[in-house]
Amino acid sequence: MPSVPPEALPHRVVVTADGPILVEGPVEVELPDGRKAVSERPVTALCVCGNSRRYPFCDTSHRRRVRSAREEER
Amino acid sequence: MTTTPTAPALSAPALPLARGPLSAAVLAALRGGPLPDELDVEGADPFGDDLQLALYVCYELHYRGFAGVDDDLEWDPALLGLRRRLEAAFLAALRAEVPGGGDVAAEIEPLLVEHVDAPGVSRHLRRRGELWQFREYIALRSLYHLKEADPQAWVIPRLEGEAKAALVSVEHDEYGAGRGERMHAQLFADMMRELGLSDRYGAYVDVAPAPVIAEVNFMSMSGLHRALRGALVGQFAVVELTSSPGSDRLVRAAERLGCGPATIGFYAEHVEADAVHEQVVRHGILAPLVAGDPAMAEAVVFGMQAANLLDARLSDHVLAAWHAGRSALVGPLPEHAADA
Repeated sequence: MPSVPPEALPHRVVVTADGPILVEGPVEVELPDGRKAVSERPVTALCVCGNSRRYPFCDTSHRRRVRSAREEER
Repeated sequence: MTTTPTAPALSAPALPLARGPLSAAVLAALRGGPLPDELDVEGADPFGDDLQLALYVCYELHYRGFAGVDDDLEWDPALLGLRRRLEAAFLAALRAEVPGGGDVAAEIEPLLVEHVDAPGVSRHLRRRGELWQFREYIALRSLYHLKEADPQAWVIPRLEGEAKAALVSVEHDEYGAGRGERMHAQLFADMMRELGLSDRYGAYVDVAPAPVIAEVNFMSMSGLHRALRGALVGQFAVVELTSSPGSDRLVRAAERLGCGPATIGFYAEHVEADAVHEQVVRHGILAPLVAGDPAMAEAVVFGMQAANLLDARLSDHVLAAWHAGRSALVGPLPEHAADA
């Protein structure tokens, strides 16, 4: 049986419940202002919360932020 | 003990300096001497300089060895026997210090919350760290980062199925996704040179305090023992889950301190890469690994808690020294202008 070449497989896109959208790369992301952002990673995490300092890529800024002493962290 | 000499690898480091009777005994054995029969392992501080350095030297035989040391000593029964006792003491101390449990999700949850006012080395460096402190931190972290991803690679043949495939995909990224110049260990070396530090493997072992060595030893121990494969995955998970925001703070620290592109680039790479790795670790590695396997879940929880404990001990050591206006190193930072 002939094997399926990897490039024939569809790119997988994973929508996570609490974070970014994961896209199999490499990808070129076109933004509304015409800017193009390139990621050569095998998988790229796209920001969907809009808070990333590295938009359109996720920097985990979607995480909940709290003030607490170290004791409560453990 | 075998005496057949083998040619040392070009990058093999020099032996470090002893810090007590245990490390002195291991170093003497590596120089070809006999290992003493009577060594008080159980009486030594399991987190102390002497035991941790002795263990570190034993483990380095499995990575790059040492210049002038017979490569075959990696599998010397006497050294392996002593290593086993050192590991037993370290492991028992870790198990005594962490609460344990079997709820992996409960261990993950607090790691995904940003505690904006919590103490920590990256938070200190971002807000008010000085360049000498940043350079010290990089020198200390070089014990791991110059072999970044290597301890975790040992777990690959001990996993199977989806967890194995997912872990390899993260490791592939750590190793530059097929490009040698993009390997994270190489990016770290580039940063060290930019900061005027030596990127020679092992250059800062002699100035690394015990908490730094212990953190690396925990990875090596968990990587080398199949019985600790769950702990290795737990340790890996903690790093990947906490690295992205920590790296972002170090990007800002490096920008504020006027560091160059290799330094900013190393941490910027980890912000984006580890945002992906977090997702892969949680959903691709941990979930399938512990599904229906309570014993594996307990092993992963132990690895996560031990990693958190060792990270906290390292952070406490470094911040206590800096807050007192002291160096966090064992001795002064060696200047390596000659080999920079």
